Amino acid sequence: MSADAHPQASDELELRVNGVDHAIADVPLSTSLLDLLREHLDLRATKDACRQGRCGSCSVLMDGELVASCLVLAADAVDADITTVEGLADDPDSQTFRTALLSAGGVQCGFCTPGIVVAAHACLRDHAAAGEREVREELSGNICRCTGYGRIAAAVAQVIGGQAGDG
Amino acid sequence: MAVARPRSLIAALDALADRPAATVLGGGTDLMVEVNAGQRHLTDVVALRRVDELATVEQHAGGLHLGAGLTWAGMEAALAEHMPALAAAGRSVGSRQIRNTGTLGGNLGSASWKASTPPVLYALDATIDVRSAGGRRDVPVEDFIVAEGRTTLAPGELIASVDVPACRGPQRFLKLGNRSSVISAVVAVAVVLDLDRRRVRVAVGSAAGVPQRLSAAEGVASDVVDWDAGAIDDDGLRSVRRAVGSECLATSDHRAGARFRRHAASVLVARGLASAVTGGRPGAPL
Repeated sequence: MSADAHPQASDELELRVNGVDHAIADVPLSTSLLDLLREHLDLRATKDACRQGRCGSCSVLMDGELVASCLVLAADAVDADITTVEGLADDPDSQTFRTALLSAGGVQCGFCTPGIVVAAHACLRDHAAAGEREVREELSGNICRCTGYGRIAAAVAQVIGGQAGDG
Repeated sequence: MAVARPRSLIAALDALADRPAATVLGGGTDLMVEVNAGQRHLTDVVALRRVDELATVEQHAGGLHLGAGLTWAGMEAALAEHMPALAAAGRSVGSRQIRNTGTLGGNLGSASWKASTPPVLYALDATIDVRSAGGRRDVPVEDFIVAEGRTTLAPGELIASVDVPACRGPQRFLKLGNRSSVISAVVAVAVVLDLDRRRVRVAVGSAAGVPQRLSAAEGVASDVVDWDAGAIDDDGLRSVRRAVGSECLATSDHRAGARFRRHAASVLVARGLASAVTGGRPGAPL
């Protein structure tokens, strides 16, 4: 490794995650929000896979907007409101979608599921009348290797159609 | 403090003046990939996320003034009517996650061969407003990118905004990749009709290291468009394709060969031109 192998520590970082304020010390400057969530806050439902912002498994909401947490510098997230999938557990809209996702068969290995739940939450909130093409475009940042996306898209469509909860 | 979080442009420029070697952080969608891979070690960061004045769009008599902090989503939302090629570029990039985060300034400043904003800005003769604590300089976009990955930005400088002169007429942006989203372009083109001057402008990105205006192809295209009727025939499109194919510089890499890139550029330019001339819906699938 290079000679400057000592990562520069930042000041204590103050973050709001899922409505809870945290003050975290000794965070190296190069730490991503993803690493902060998983390693420092033990919020491990958000997944760490590609570290390039391509797979979507690290998706969170930052001030309500869908982002890839691996591409957010933790030190830059200090005055943002972060919502991880854990923070959606009691959200009624998210519960509706999660029920639809399960009944549609949209979960197999489950690795993509946290990211999908967050991305679908943003999609359903912002594109309430989306057709299939738009839904797929909104979820195109989340890779699923198991389901082939059809059942995931069907779950979103089911919620849009207002049929969720009938099963 | 290792991270400056200015809330105004002046504060950002002061922070950069204090630490000219600092890493400027816009959206971070390029930077963080390198950081995560251990290719970039951060020691000093000036984060621009909170500088709201950088994320504005202003329309004035001469054209549009685009803040460097505009995200792709912001470009898509704000520019659909007045600068549809950039709105289309915004929609074409990455994913919802990326589009909510990446910025105009970051994309332009990367001067990456895969960047989507440069071909549009080249076709629109944009000027880059470069600021430092010491002042301001305006750089034509074609002079701003000097090589792949390199701009004329000096330490202590940042891109504040992009000025786009008004150009009346349809615009198209088309990008080719190996799938529909989260791709690096194999080739991207911007086609702009300048109805007042009856000129076509053509810019190609991602074919070679730097974006290109194809002036010879523009001449051919401008001649074959029937400006009065708003029409173009197959022979005309064929000659445009030939002109693009012979003028467009292209390199080969793992993504595509140079010949394919030239071919793809010629096809995309012809499609964009046909769509623009005949009034096809911008952003509609071709």
